[in-house]
Amino acid sequence: MKQLLRFFLKRSTWSIPYAIFLLLFVVLPLLLIFLYAFQDADGNFTLANFSKFISSPEAANTFVYSIGIAIVTTVLCILLGYPAAYILSNAELCRSKVMVVLFILPMWINILVRTLATVALFDFLRLPLGEGALIFGMVYNFLPFMIYPIYNVMQKMDHSYIEAAQDLGASPMTVFRKVVVPLSMPGVMSGVMMVFMPTISTFAISELLTMNNIKLFGTTIQENINNGMWNYGAALSLIMLVIIFATDLFSDSDEDRASNEGII
Amino acid sequence: MKKFFAQAYLWFLLAMLYAPILIIAIFSFTEAKVLGNWTGFSTKLYTSLFSGGVHHSLLSAIENTLIIAIVAAAFSTILGSIAAVGIHNLYGRKKAVINTLNNIPMLNPDIITGISLFLLFVSLGITQGYATVILAHITFCTPYVVLCVMPRLQQMNPNIYEAALDLGATPWQALRKVIIPEIKPGMISGFILAFTLSIDDFAVTIFTIGTEGLETLSTYIYADARKGGLTPELRPLSTIIFVTVLILLIVINVRSQRAAKRKEATR
Repeated sequence: MKQLLRFFLKRSTWSIPYAIFLLLFVVLPLLLIFLYAFQDADGNFTLANFSKFISSPEAANTFVYSIGIAIVTTVLCILLGYPAAYILSNAELCRSKVMVVLFILPMWINILVRTLATVALFDFLRLPLGEGALIFGMVYNFLPFMIYPIYNVMQKMDHSYIEAAQDLGASPMTVFRKVVVPLSMPGVMSGVMMVFMPTISTFAISELLTMNNIKLFGTTIQENINNGMWNYGAALSLIMLVIIFATDLFSDSDEDRASNEGII
Repeated sequence: MKKFFAQAYLWFLLAMLYAPILIIAIFSFTEAKVLGNWTGFSTKLYTSLFSGGVHHSLLSAIENTLIIAIVAAAFSTILGSIAAVGIHNLYGRKKAVINTLNNIPMLNPDIITGISLFLLFVSLGITQGYATVILAHITFCTPYVVLCVMPRLQQMNPNIYEAALDLGATPWQALRKVIIPEIKPGMISGFILAFTLSIDDFAVTIFTIGTEGLETLSTYIYADARKGGLTPELRPLSTIIFVTVLILLIVINVRSQRAAKRKEATR
């Protein structure tokens, strides 16, 4: 009895409820995706879900198209967001902290409300909904997620590196290319993760922005799950997980390289 | 000159980011059913948003959203704080494993979290409704609470707890009088974060909400938008949400700046 009491009073024991919770609601559900993906409707092992994906041109096309849209969105977010993060973190160019808050603020607004606002803007300007609206909506939704991590890294950047480069005679352009860009790379990489991942996995947004004309991979998964095709939906989810895992690995290795370059 | 261009660029981006929200806010003050038609200034949409009646379902969706957010945030804060104390006192591999597991819900895209929990509930034969949505929200909110509480524990002097025990406090008293006051700021910011994450969520909710007719604000807007005709009352609602968030953030910002100044003054 006393031993039992001591066990419960030890503080490391307090992690046990959460460990059980994690096993039940995080690990087990993910294992279920694997299980369902490799089963047919009767619970027998099969690879049919994956061969169905490869052989059906519609799902495969949607998949490739979604990756394309995600890449375009991510690149646009870098092109628009990097200069903004640079200006925001530069005390000479932007003194007010309110500016930073203004850029982060839209992140706190429900994504559907933001998307509907974009639809309203296009209606108001009498612009057609479609691919253009889709890309604008995605960039509009996820740009703050690119600016914030880059800004964060630039804020913490050691400015003596920049001063050292200037003292050693580097032109402003060289300083930017050889010092600022490599040092800010970790921020760009986490920005890429934060933009690429949601763009590839969104559903609903694309339907609303294109009047149901363009379907993204997330929508395909959602439709299959909603229509009771759980096994096929699970297989598609697994494919998405693999893509995200791959992006993660890619950005990780890049981050290492970037930080090495930064030191050299 | 350089500064002028830099400022101009920032304002251009801000205009792009805020134009959609501004249009919604402006057109919340007119009665027109279709957005973009200006039929004169009116606050009718604001009054009809709160008078219920036709849009009773919208009000109940707001109510559900708030109840789910408060319950989920409260449970995540309790579970996450207890877990943080436990994890802080773990060592080696055990700590690494539980930290990795804690990161999974934050790294997973929402749709994967939603589908995986959906499969869990279906294969266990649980009817989906209030309970499953709240459980799902606790799942993706708790890791953020753990992350908010952890730094406070790391800053804390570990000897204080031992001292309290040596001076005759029971572990329960030591927890209440020593640990909780130390981690309270982390718990509060964890609660606020969990609350906003829960209110904002759409992807996880839609997979765990079931087909019993339960609606949150997100699923209501989604269903409404799919029908094509957007309820005009959503305009004043979005405006109110936006202004509330704006004021909250400004208050938090002003407070933290004032705190920083005070710190400097005492130095």
